[in-house]
Amino acid sequence: MSATVLTSLEATLRAKRDAGRKILVPYVTGGLKGWTDAIRAAAANGADVIEIGLPFSDPVMDGPIIQEASQRALDDGATPVSILEGVRTLDVDVPLVVMCYYNTVHHAGHERFASQLVQAGITGAIIPDLPLEESGPWCSAADAVGLSTIMLAAPTAPDERLPRVCARARGFVYSVGLLGVTGERTELAATASQLASRLKKITDVPVIIGVGVSNSAQAVEACKVADGIVQGASVVRRLMEGGADAVGAYVAEVRAAIDAG
Amino acid sequence: MSISEQSIMSEPSEAGRFGEFGGRFVPETLVPACQELEASFREAWADPVFRAELDQVLREYAGRPSMITECYQLGAKLGIRLVLKREDLNHTGSHKINNVLGQVLLAKRMGKKRIVAETGAGQHGVASATAAALMGMSCKVYMGAVDVERQALNVFRMKLLGAEVEAVHSGSRTLKDAVNEAMRDWVASVESTHYCLGSVMGPHPYPWMVREFHRVIGSEAREQCLERYGKDPDFVVACVGGGSNAIGIFSGFVDTDARLIGVEPAGGAAVGRGQPGVVHGMRSYLMQDEYGQVQEAHSISAGLDYPGVGPEHSYLASIGRAEYPTVTDAEVIEAFQLMAKTEGIIPALECAHALAWITREAPKMQGKTVLMNLSGRGDKDVGQMMEILG
Repeated sequence: MSATVLTSLEATLRAKRDAGRKILVPYVTGGLKGWTDAIRAAAANGADVIEIGLPFSDPVMDGPIIQEASQRALDDGATPVSILEGVRTLDVDVPLVVMCYYNTVHHAGHERFASQLVQAGITGAIIPDLPLEESGPWCSAADAVGLSTIMLAAPTAPDERLPRVCARARGFVYSVGLLGVTGERTELAATASQLASRLKKITDVPVIIGVGVSNSAQAVEACKVADGIVQGASVVRRLMEGGADAVGAYVAEVRAAIDAG
Repeated sequence: MSISEQSIMSEPSEAGRFGEFGGRFVPETLVPACQELEASFREAWADPVFRAELDQVLREYAGRPSMITECYQLGAKLGIRLVLKREDLNHTGSHKINNVLGQVLLAKRMGKKRIVAETGAGQHGVASATAAALMGMSCKVYMGAVDVERQALNVFRMKLLGAEVEAVHSGSRTLKDAVNEAMRDWVASVESTHYCLGSVMGPHPYPWMVREFHRVIGSEAREQCLERYGKDPDFVVACVGGGSNAIGIFSGFVDTDARLIGVEPAGGAAVGRGQPGVVHGMRSYLMQDEYGQVQEAHSISAGLDYPGVGPEHSYLASIGRAEYPTVTDAEVIEAFQLMAKTEGIIPALECAHALAWITREAPKMQGKTVLMNLSGRGDKDVGQMMEILG
């Protein structure tokens, strides 16, 4: 990695990690009722990065909660364009990344989509159905405009694969916490810490666990190994049930828990 | 074609591409599983022991070879020689069994204990449940809630065969959503489970592997036509949803002079109305809106209610080797009844699409030999037709 110039997102996250802070990444489905307020609330209550989902008709990596949120947003007329317009109005001082399925990118065109994201103030992208072997053209377009492509690493990856995934990751490595799709679970899967620990041994890029980290206790457990955590379904459920205030309160709770260790 | 010349339908590239179509656009979790499947299939397909095992089960269990039948009455009426490849006579009533027996044998060889499958009309679900029962594996079938309703008979058949059927209530509640749910299951169960995909779609190696398992349709049909008529047909016609029965029969004739016709429903015309897109692991023609949201297909036939198409069809269309016209539901209903009344054969609604195109275009094909893949029997559709025809 020494030859690579760090993206601004990665520089920010490395500095936080090196200062001893665990990185908290709440996820909010763009276009879902109250989503911009939820992002502001998350930013005000201790988020380090906020992941904004661009809803897609066929979200194969998502479980029931985020599926429902995506469907509600689409039914309300959300589009990538309307969500990026909303992002421009946010005025929050934490880095924003998007999570979107590859057809959204493919349909817009790599260069065009990358520049649309940058113009809206987005610093990174997570594309869960674009694995390493297919990622070349998109990554070139993203690199060219300084956008971080956050690669996913999965528990099923053999040892020889992980260094290649990490070498391509910008910003952070998204360490998939379990075999399965997004959603809340009663316990943190054993695979979460196992994979994060394998990754920590081979990369200096921040390692953040997402998928299946469902509450503050699990966040604390995951952060014993990882540099941080994504909170997806647990945040989105609160937004659907209790609005932006519930999101703010939850983010504050997780923040306090991981700060206390 | 000379032996040294490579077939138009040979192996995809290393990256699983047919031209610019195909690929492997899956969550990272599934990449190793797709790689393992590709390696296992490659090894098994080159192993005479596996091939002999599959040939035996196709012969003794599925009832292959399936025969060809000339439709004398209908042919005379239309002014063509109409020949059917009788995949409807296979065990379980459709071509789907060819692929399923291949995949389940392979899954067993790979040490998997469980299979998951998606189904539209229920034919692939029934075939999967059948193969799982035969080979002692557990089986779960995902089926859109809309299809569960309109194909109740097949749901019951799957349950009789010991499979678990889960109705999918997300999205359009049809085949595309059943595929999503089967993929989600596979993401969570990949270590013990094989995803028995039912068409020539999905991530590499599925489009290639499923084609190879259905190649038997085209190989047999070409031999049978040469033996019976001493020449290749002028037209080879099949319906296209994902496109497995069409790929199977096209594979036997792609290197001949026959015109290849894949008939899509007007409400699910991926090639006809779609643009290149990526869903379900593949880059192919896809019905989508201006932001790349996948659109819902609407067709009278549950098996063709799919907004995408197998990537090799997109390739064959892009190089002009195959044509993909559409027919309407009304034309399909006519064709369904026509075949029943003139030939005593009740076709699956899917195959009635192929016949609908043939009857419409017959005036331009006078005196020609037209081979149609009758890929399934229509018993499953009788209840639905009873409601439509009253």
